[in-house]
Amino acid sequence: MADALLTVENLAVEFQRNRDRIYAVNGVSFSIAPGEALGIVGESGSGKSVTLLSVLGLIAENGRITSGSAVFQGRDLLKLRRRELEEIRGRDIGMIFQNPMTSLNPVMRVGDQIMEVMLTHHVASPKEAYRRTIELLEEMGIPEPEVRFRNYPHEFSGGMRQRIMIAIAIACNPQLLIADEPTTALDVTVQMQILSLLRDLRQTKGMAVALITHDFGVAANFCDRLIVMYAGSVVEVASRAEFIRRPMHPYTLALKESIIEVGHRHREVRAIPGMAPVLTSPPNFCAFADRCPFAIDRCRNERPQLRSFGNGHGVACHRAEEVLELVH
Amino acid sequence: MSIEPLVKATEVSKRFHVQGKVLRAVERVSFELHPGKTLGVVGESGSGKSTLGRVVLKLLEADGGSVTFEGTDLSKVPRKTLRQMRRHMQMVFQDPMASLNPRMTVFDAIEDGLKIHGIGKSAAERRMRVEEVLERVGLPRSAGVAYPHELSGGQLQRVGIARALALRPKFVVLDEPVSALDVSIQAQVIQLLRELRDEMQLAYMFISHNLAVVEYLSDEVLVLYLGEVVEQAPVEELFAKPSHPYTQALMRSVLKVPTSPDEVQDLTPISGEIPSPFAPPPGCPFHPRCPVAQEVCRQKKPEIREISPGHRVSCHLA
Repeated sequence: MADALLTVENLAVEFQRNRDRIYAVNGVSFSIAPGEALGIVGESGSGKSVTLLSVLGLIAENGRITSGSAVFQGRDLLKLRRRELEEIRGRDIGMIFQNPMTSLNPVMRVGDQIMEVMLTHHVASPKEAYRRTIELLEEMGIPEPEVRFRNYPHEFSGGMRQRIMIAIAIACNPQLLIADEPTTALDVTVQMQILSLLRDLRQTKGMAVALITHDFGVAANFCDRLIVMYAGSVVEVASRAEFIRRPMHPYTLALKESIIEVGHRHREVRAIPGMAPVLTSPPNFCAFADRCPFAIDRCRNERPQLRSFGNGHGVACHRAEEVLELVH
Repeated sequence: MSIEPLVKATEVSKRFHVQGKVLRAVERVSFELHPGKTLGVVGESGSGKSTLGRVVLKLLEADGGSVTFEGTDLSKVPRKTLRQMRRHMQMVFQDPMASLNPRMTVFDAIEDGLKIHGIGKSAAERRMRVEEVLERVGLPRSAGVAYPHELSGGQLQRVGIARALALRPKFVVLDEPVSALDVSIQAQVIQLLRELRDEMQLAYMFISHNLAVVEYLSDEVLVLYLGEVVEQAPVEELFAKPSHPYTQALMRSVLKVPTSPDEVQDLTPISGEIPSPFAPPPGCPFHPRCPVAQEVCRQKKPEIREISPGHRVSCHLA
């Protein structure tokens, strides 16, 4: 895509753990268009967070990017110096995480924390930054912003703290917001408040959102396009409509089937047997093969590449055609 | 029902005194639970659902009301008798890593419970029992020699369940047992819990904020808000006819995977947040967030009343 905001290509990330080398991200490619909401869906250990954190230069010390590029507005983020990346982070790319309490400074007034990001990136004078902070608190639906400016993080509820995180993340008007499980720790009614706030921000500011989540329901309702990850690989990429109409990868299908939803009381749960592998060698095979009802010898010997099935729908499965025929 | 319930709570209340302030964690909750049945308890953070679970097991002392187990009032039994009764009343926690001793193998952790309750005459007999229960919850025998940190989240939760079940309890309180697990693993554990219940005629109190799993597993459901029951009904009735505005709001907040691309769920949230339990609003505790609240809701606290057999709602307008 020529007009993409962020294009990640062939990204690979490894971690050293004791004597093992863990292959956490194995040749991941995707792009995000301006204003788009992209859902990155997967379970623990699927590499969904590591993928985006490494693009931002935020992986743990035992992690190493071994290949790939991540071009954001014409510059490869993986080749930038630390200082240059720090300029982009928080200014052009905002971030929010699952637990706002661990991201906020507990001994600093929240208003100062919002102001700080604008001052650090020199996008506003102190006076402007203050005015803008009050505006932001208001936009986030926090009552009495002048009073709340002076409160500390512990004086807010979980939902309010996440709003403050969002205020910090969008203070410099970034073109891209990376949201890593932003509602996972929140109650469902509060989750709804945060999602509708994020949706409004997209609409009013034209900001793109990369939403990392394990929750298909959240992704399918919020995002324009979805990527499904398993064991460090993208196994499926599809528009929201394609994802709903004809999911194709056996893992996507199995995961969708295993979700217990309201109305499933009289249905058998179809759990996926076994668990996701931790890869200690590069995958020259399909990592899902051991749990896949469609697996054949080829799946254990040859890594499936992401193949296009039209409408921007890509699937990494040797047997995608047969699966498609059998299931749909 | 004419048969005696296994667990019966009558107007149970629990208050905490914190820095001179009173927190009403649980207010006048009543239910009956029979063998083989599941009572679902739904609510958001601070609703008092975990406190209720602990009060029912007498891990916390109730301040009002009573809990009976097989007809015995728990507040009246001597400590020693209570300890003996405990093997029949077990609990499974949300975070199995936090509830297991990191320096004890899985085998030892499960055997410990047997020893405490004097179950199994010999080490060999206990070993058999531990291995049996490990197998039943779907863990390999080799898991016995593992330490908690060597197991995955799903496996650990199976250990938590195994430890509770090794004592062959009659009643198990499950406090958010699948909330920390991945979706595909959640389904495995829920399936296991359902099988075990049906096989052993266990009675469950299933505490969760996840409406879908509550619906899947429960026979009756309590919806708690600020420590009070706002609605209580047989599961099918509750999901077919949610009658409290809070229950309705909760149900609307569940994001489902759409079945057709045209299906777009409304993301409009209910306003406001759960008020501080130290200063609950006057009148109906939900009125500040309620879309249909009227003057009476601000003035007068609604009494819970039956709107159809077994379906109780605490709302002036229901």
